Amino acid sequence: MHDSISRHLDPEAICLGVEATSNRDVIDLLAGRLAALGRVRPSFAGAVLAREASMPTGLPLGGAVNVAVPHTDPEHVVKPSLALATLARPVGFGSMDDPDEEIPVGVVMMLALDNKDAQIDMLREVAELIQRPGALAALAAATSPDEIYAVLGA
Amino acid sequence: MPRTKVVLVACGTAVATSTVVANAIEEEMRERGIAVDIRQCKATEVPGLIDDVDLVVSTTPVPPDLDKPVITTLAFLTGIGKAEVLDKIEAALRG
Repeated sequence: MHDSISRHLDPEAICLGVEATSNRDVIDLLAGRLAALGRVRPSFAGAVLAREASMPTGLPLGGAVNVAVPHTDPEHVVKPSLALATLARPVGFGSMDDPDEEIPVGVVMMLALDNKDAQIDMLREVAELIQRPGALAALAAATSPDEIYAVLGA
Repeated sequence: MPRTKVVLVACGTAVATSTVVANAIEEEMRERGIAVDIRQCKATEVPGLIDDVDLVVSTTPVPPDLDKPVITTLAFLTGIGKAEVLDKIEAALRG
């Protein structure tokens, strides 16, 4: 179960089959949705982009679908939230453990966190989700937010 | 009683990924009978916090020449190679 993810993920912050040509496109899109929902400050998008440039968040999973978890410092966050994008075609993100290596990413989970202790359940669920066999492929194949919540609730 | 070992867990912002890693290490080492004092920081803060640290575990590159063992791993996020990394951490803390 990923209750905490579902609770923090507004349907308006789910973007499916996104046509993006760069990780900046995806970050701008998701940060824009979170800003429109009042969950993050206007400074959030720029802060996430800056962090991604120096310390990228791509996670190589050894399979077809890699994931990235762009995020930034708590001061840019109004209310803890997630945003999720699945991409029509993968875009490159730097690998977290080796920023010089670019990996193709098909699912992006943006994290807006303001307190690591309060949001530990959500973080734990995100790690479990990434590690659950087939979960990311199921997210990538979803055609509606309901299907996303179904994967999260599985 | 051996001294509690100090593990410094680093990531980019010290808010998201290092929290996941810190929790996983604490739980797994407790199961292996090793008491650990886990501290979290940004990768850039590691050199200033290194003095009484026994081991650094980071998800992202840390500055070089720290004079302490460093394990850079994504295993606690991706699950890939987790058992091996836990063995490495245990060996470093028992050493």
